[in-house]
Amino acid sequence: MRKHRRDFIKLSGVYAAMAAAGLLSVEEAFAQQARNKAFEAKSLDETVKLLGGTTAVQSGEISITAPDIAENGAVVPIGVTSKIPNTQNIYILVDKNLNSLSAGFGIPPGTEPNVATRVKMAQTSNVHAVVKADNKFYVATKEVKVTLGGCGG
Amino acid sequence: MGDPMRIRATEQPDGVDVRVLMSHEMETGQRRDSAGKLVPAHYISTVTVSHSGKQVLSAEWGPAIAKNPYLQFKFKGGRKGDKLTVTWVDNKGDTRTDEATIN
Repeated sequence: MRKHRRDFIKLSGVYAAMAAAGLLSVEEAFAQQARNKAFEAKSLDETVKLLGGTTAVQSGEISITAPDIAENGAVVPIGVTSKIPNTQNIYILVDKNLNSLSAGFGIPPGTEPNVATRVKMAQTSNVHAVVKADNKFYVATKEVKVTLGGCGG
Repeated sequence: MGDPMRIRATEQPDGVDVRVLMSHEMETGQRRDSAGKLVPAHYISTVTVSHSGKQVLSAEWGPAIAKNPYLQFKFKGGRKGDKLTVTWVDNKGDTRTDEATIN
């Protein structure tokens, strides 16, 4: 617990310094901390709330590229493509990880709402792709089976 | 300061395809060492990619991103020969910036 607090204070310091250097506005620094909270959420609904939404609507316009069966949970390739106009953010969530939110991407205009990365998965779980477009949240889900967990071990 | 990133940016008819491979241990903070002590979390928390002064992608990561993170995306408006800058910051405040040329 103590450790956590120290990290938090240290990070706050980093953002404060960035704000002072004009890299981040004060509001942005606050938004940054709210987003950091989202990384501690345990479920899809909680994450969406912490990201500033109410609920995420199921959408067929989002596609997740991920293996049906991942042999090694330490490296699971996940790609997300959104066909929703004005996609602002793409988030990747793994349901059964200790903290659901794995990654968030900011998509400025001119960049395609299509990102790919690799995540760790503790066990077989649903993977959610949450898309924020016009300040509304949409979600698509795919189950990925994991034969060997990627956390701990 | 970690090892250099491997960045590949190629111009394609529908935009510039960017692939980045970073070198980072991405420690979750849940693993225990042989003495049974928790290994403190150490992961990249923010990544930004800029092209001629304009940000083309930002990413916020948690510890659940795999070791030696890979990132792929596509943006419009880049030309062959342009410079692309990728910067990451980790949760300990360490940072690294690398530059690549679009080809």
